[in-house]
Amino acid sequence: MTIPFFTRTQRAANPGNGKTARLFISGDAAAVAVGADGVATAIAHAAATAGRTVDITRIGSRGMLWLEPLVEVEIAGVRHGFGPIEPAEVAQLVNAGLFNADTSLLAHPRSLGPVDKIGYFARQTRLTFARCGLIDPLSQEAYRANGGYKGLERALSLAPAGTVDEVTKSGLRGRGGAGFPTGIKWKTVHDTAAEQKYIVCNADEGDSGTFADRMLMEGDPFVLIEGMTIAGLAVGASKGFIYVRSEYPHAIAVLRSAIATARKAGLLGGDVAASKRAFDLEVRTGAGAYVCGEETALLESLEGRRGVVRAKPPLPAHRGLFGKPTVINNVLSLAAVPFILAEGAKTYFDYGVGRSRGTMPIQLAGNIKRGGLFETAFGMTLGELVDDIGGGTATGRPVKAVQVGGPLGAYFPRALFDTPFDYEAFAARDGLIGHAGVVVFDDTADMAKQARFAFEFCAIESCGKCTPCRIGSTRGAETIAKVMAGEQPDTHLALVTDLCNTMKFGSLCALGGFTPYPVMSALNHFPEDFRRSKRLPQAAE
Amino acid sequence: MAAIEDTARTIAAEYGNRPDALIEILHAVQAALGYVPEAVVPVLADALNLSRAEVHGVVTFYHDFRREPAGRHVLKMCRAEACQAMGGEALVARAEDRLGIACGSTSADGRITLEPIYCLGLCATAPSAMLDGQLVGRLTVPKLDALLKDAGA
Repeated sequence: MTIPFFTRTQRAANPGNGKTARLFISGDAAAVAVGADGVATAIAHAAATAGRTVDITRIGSRGMLWLEPLVEVEIAGVRHGFGPIEPAEVAQLVNAGLFNADTSLLAHPRSLGPVDKIGYFARQTRLTFARCGLIDPLSQEAYRANGGYKGLERALSLAPAGTVDEVTKSGLRGRGGAGFPTGIKWKTVHDTAAEQKYIVCNADEGDSGTFADRMLMEGDPFVLIEGMTIAGLAVGASKGFIYVRSEYPHAIAVLRSAIATARKAGLLGGDVAASKRAFDLEVRTGAGAYVCGEETALLESLEGRRGVVRAKPPLPAHRGLFGKPTVINNVLSLAAVPFILAEGAKTYFDYGVGRSRGTMPIQLAGNIKRGGLFETAFGMTLGELVDDIGGGTATGRPVKAVQVGGPLGAYFPRALFDTPFDYEAFAARDGLIGHAGVVVFDDTADMAKQARFAFEFCAIESCGKCTPCRIGSTRGAETIAKVMAGEQPDTHLALVTDLCNTMKFGSLCALGGFTPYPVMSALNHFPEDFRRSKRLPQAAE
Repeated sequence: MAAIEDTARTIAAEYGNRPDALIEILHAVQAALGYVPEAVVPVLADALNLSRAEVHGVVTFYHDFRREPAGRHVLKMCRAEACQAMGGEALVARAEDRLGIACGSTSADGRITLEPIYCLGLCATAPSAMLDGQLVGRLTVPKLDALLKDAGA
C-alpha cells in the first residue's frame, strides 16, 4: 500500500479506543526519497492492527531535511518532532506510546521537542515559506486560515498601478539569480499596451543545490497561485503559465490539483474573486533542458520549440511569449508578492541590507551536516550559514570549498566566509548568489575536476546558438584535461583564462557567460589543485 | 506501424493540434509508447502544421525524449555538484561496473537503462537517484546494490 500525496488524512479502519492521535508527516519529494511514505504507511498499518484511530496529515517539508523522515505528533496542542525515523523504526515509536500522544512519548531517543523551537527553524525569518510544512498544501481553507489571500484582497483594493508601486517599493529583486528589480519589470509590462499579456513563472529550477522552488510548489502551492494572480491583475495579463521541469513530477501534480481547487473557488477564471477580471493558469512541463531556465529559452520552449536563447532586445516585457508583453519571474519572486501586498512594502523592505531587501530562502546542500532550507533576511555571512546553521560537513572533514548559486556560481574558499549574503557583496568577490543554493565540499574535492565539470556541463546543456558557449565549453573541458595531465600547464591555463574572458563577454546568455565563474574561482582560489606535482598522489584513484 | 501513427495522431488531437503544445504531446507519446519513434515525426508535423525538421529539432533538443525504447527498468543517477560532493560519482562508477555498461546506455539484455540526470532537487539528501520514477535519497553502496537487485541486474 502506498499513500499518494493527495491522501491527506489517513484514518485507520477501526474507530479506536481512546483518543485520536494527530500526526504530520511530510509528503515533500525529498522526504519521500528518504522513506516518508514508508513511515506513513507503517504507522497507518500499525494503527489498524492495534485498533486505534490516527490522523496523518501529509504536509510540505519544514526544510530540516537532515531530520527527514520527520514525524510530528501533536501533544497537548503542540507539535513535537521525532526524527529521523526509518520505516523499520516505526514499531519502536508505536511501542513508546505514539497513539496515546502524551508526554511520555517525549522520552523517545529521537524526540526533538517542539518543532518550531528547534534552533534551525526558530532562527529563520519565514515570510515566503511561512506556511510550508505547517499546513496541508492542498487545503485552500488552511491556506486562507493562515493568512492566505490577504495579499490578493489588498491588491484588488488598489489600482493596478498601486500594486506595481508596492512591489517596486518593497525592493524585491528577481530570485532566479539575475536580481533584476521585479517592480520595474512589472511596470514595463503594465505600461505596454497590448490586447493580450502573459505572466510566466519560471519553475525550471535546474541548478544543483537548489530546491526551494520545488519545496514551495509542493508545500504551499496557493502562495504561488496568489502571487501570479496579483501579477496578472496588476499588469493586465489574463493568462499565466507555470513552466515546471519534468524532474519535478510531485510539484506538477500538486500545482495542477491546487489550480483546479482555486478555479472551483472562483479565485482563478473569468471573474477572479468577484472582481469582474479574468486570470487563469496552466502548468507546462519542461523536458530536461537546463538552458530553459534562461528566460528567453523558456519562452521558446513554452511555444513548443527548441529551447534556443533569443537575442535581447526586444525584452520579454515588450515582446515575450507569442510576441506579447510578458512578465517572467522566478517562483520565489512571485511567491514573495502576497506577503508584500498583505503586510505592506515597507515591512518587506525593512528586512535585508543594502540593495538586497527582504528575505532569501537559502538552500544548504551537498556535503553538509544539517542540510535544508533556511529562509533569512539578506546579510548573514556565508560562514555563519555553513558552519553555524549547517554545522559544517556531513563527513566531518574540513570544508574546502562552497559553490554558491548553482553550476554557474563561483567556488568560495573559507577565506571568503565573511562575505555577507547579498547580491552586491558576492558580485564584488567575483561570485553570485544566483538562486541561493549553497553546495558544500570537503577537503577531498579536486577543484580541477570541478572546473572541468563546469565546462562539461555547459557543453552538454548549451543550446548551440552562440559560438563562445557552444564551442568554448568543449574546448575548455579539453584544455583543463590537458592541465590535469600535466601537459604545459602554464600555457594551457593562460588559454583557459583567455577562453573564459571570451565566454564571459561574448556569450548570449548566462550559461556561457557565467560558466567562467566556477572555472576561474577554482583556478584563482585553489591553484595547487591544477598542478600535476600536487595531483600525482591522487593519480591512483 | 499504423498503430504508432494512430496513437500519435490521437494524442495530437487531444491537445487540439496546437503547435505550442508539441512538448506536452511528445511527453504523452513517450508515456504511451515508451519512446518517440521516428515514424511519429511526420505524423505530428502534419497534424500541427509544422515542418518535419521542426518536429525533429524539438525531439532531438530535449534530453527527456528517447528515440529508442529504454530498458525494462530505468535508473537515473544524479551527477550534479551536490551529489558529487557526497560521493555520487563513485556510486555511478559502481553501477556502471556492476551492469557492465556506460552511464547513458542500456544493458545488452534490455533489462536496465542507466542514465545521468542533472539534479533531482534532492540536494540536501544527496546523493540521489530515481528507479522507475521512485526517488531515492541518501544513496549508499548497500542501497544502490538493492536498487540494482530490484531491477534484476
